[in-house]
Amino acid sequence: MNKNIPLLKKCLPVALGGLLLVSSVAMMSNSGPGSSVNAPKFAESDFKVDTVATGLTMPWASALLPNGDLLVTERGGKLRLVKDGKLDPQEISGIPTVYYKGQGGLLDIALHPDYTKNGWIYISYSSPKKEGEEGDDDGANTGLMRAKLKDHALVEIQQLFKALPNVKANVHFGGRIVFDKKGYVFLSLGERGQKENSQNLSRDQGKVVRLHEDGKIPNDNPFVKTEGARPEIWTYGHRNPQGMIINPATGVIWEHEHGPQGGDELNIIEKGKNYGWPKITFGIDYDNSIISKDTAMTGMEQPVVYWKPSIAPCGVTFLTGDKFKDWKGDLLVGSLKFMYIQHLTVKGNKVTNREIIFDKIGRVRDVRQGWDGNVYVVLENSGKVVRLSPKS
Amino acid sequence: MKILAILISGLLFCSAIFPKQDDELAKSIQRGKMVYSENCISCHMGTGEGVTATFPPLAKSDYLMKTPENAIRAIKFGLIGKVKVNDVDYDNMMPNPGLGNDEVADVMNYIMNSWGNSSEKKMISPKEVEEVKEKK
Repeated sequence: MNKNIPLLKKCLPVALGGLLLVSSVAMMSNSGPGSSVNAPKFAESDFKVDTVATGLTMPWASALLPNGDLLVTERGGKLRLVKDGKLDPQEISGIPTVYYKGQGGLLDIALHPDYTKNGWIYISYSSPKKEGEEGDDDGANTGLMRAKLKDHALVEIQQLFKALPNVKANVHFGGRIVFDKKGYVFLSLGERGQKENSQNLSRDQGKVVRLHEDGKIPNDNPFVKTEGARPEIWTYGHRNPQGMIINPATGVIWEHEHGPQGGDELNIIEKGKNYGWPKITFGIDYDNSIISKDTAMTGMEQPVVYWKPSIAPCGVTFLTGDKFKDWKGDLLVGSLKFMYIQHLTVKGNKVTNREIIFDKIGRVRDVRQGWDGNVYVVLENSGKVVRLSPKS
Repeated sequence: MKILAILISGLLFCSAIFPKQDDELAKSIQRGKMVYSENCISCHMGTGEGVTATFPPLAKSDYLMKTPENAIRAIKFGLIGKVKVNDVDYDNMMPNPGLGNDEVADVMNYIMNSWGNSSEKKMISPKEVEEVKEKK
């Protein structure tokens, strides 16, 4: 046995070298011309991990303010401020009553792209039925508001949108907010546990809607002239989309949604398209019943990738900046279920590889890159926000 | 002979009392099934098997069946941190589903009487749920 060691020592570099050569050639053929074998590689270990906030109760999303403070939503209905790495005990006032039941509550937060000029903060939440609103008594649906922050208060509060009808169910509120920097804001909406209504254009369930930044409905939305359809609808056929991000390099919107068992999806969101739920799906229902035998149908979009088993994706971001080296332009997706992050290698509008990073980091609710180029990860179970910064 | 008499009278007594409770238990289980399919199924799965080492099982679960009070507490207030179920460690989080005491009782009756579990006709009442307090 001992005799073999020198031989092993001798052979190992050669074997490894050979392996590297083979894999490099394989990668070259994969990534096409222009990529170099010697291009610097990025890895999980190239991230520095810092806990920037603790003591939060069921945090849902975060937004990094220009001064480095962090705003964090807590699903129970509180908006919190993190200053110099400390959670401010005083909550921010002005959050409306939220429907805090099941998966409902205070949801996403996003700063307007021109926040430094206009100060608008956009917030989504499960909004209980108000008098005169359409839908079930004691029901709720997802609402979108905007406001400005003044000390510890939200001021100039404007209710921009409410998904209708109200539904008495505790599940599938969606809630992600995305700006396209062309004056529009997008909001993802879950089907509220009523799968058939994802295909029903007279209801907001299971849709992505597109609004002007002041909440008005754009007259060039795809279904404005369709009789009986809600004019705010941009895309339909979604189940529970809880991740949405615009690719800063291309302007393409990517969305991921909780599917049924084995049917979580990553999609590219394009005007007027139908993403198929529940007519087509790669998953089966949680009671093991078949939802559809079809995974594809004409007129319905295929996902970029789907997850089997489901990972319960929640929160997605594009990595920008040269510090991420070969990961620049890739996606990070959080997993509520398996408590890790997935790194998705992106080539154009395709995903060519998926790998698990930060295994056991916690129940990931939100993943987003801040203006400082670092990635902020909201962990629901430990009540923390963790910052992943690329070591330079 | 005496024992037989006691047994028979006992049986008679039971048959007079239990049908009503059985009926109530059956109704509660039915309601609980609805609560389950809306709030619990996507993690604990359709047949209560959970996801090993990720989400604990409810089917034949020692945690549920031996300490129903802990299960009630978990459903009522959510559960964070380490638990051992059937000798497997779990360290995930169950968010508070925000159910009423009646719904907690119904879903408890459902999960304690499904997938091979049996509460032996014992029924959890909303009052019992109310009495379970959060552990600080």
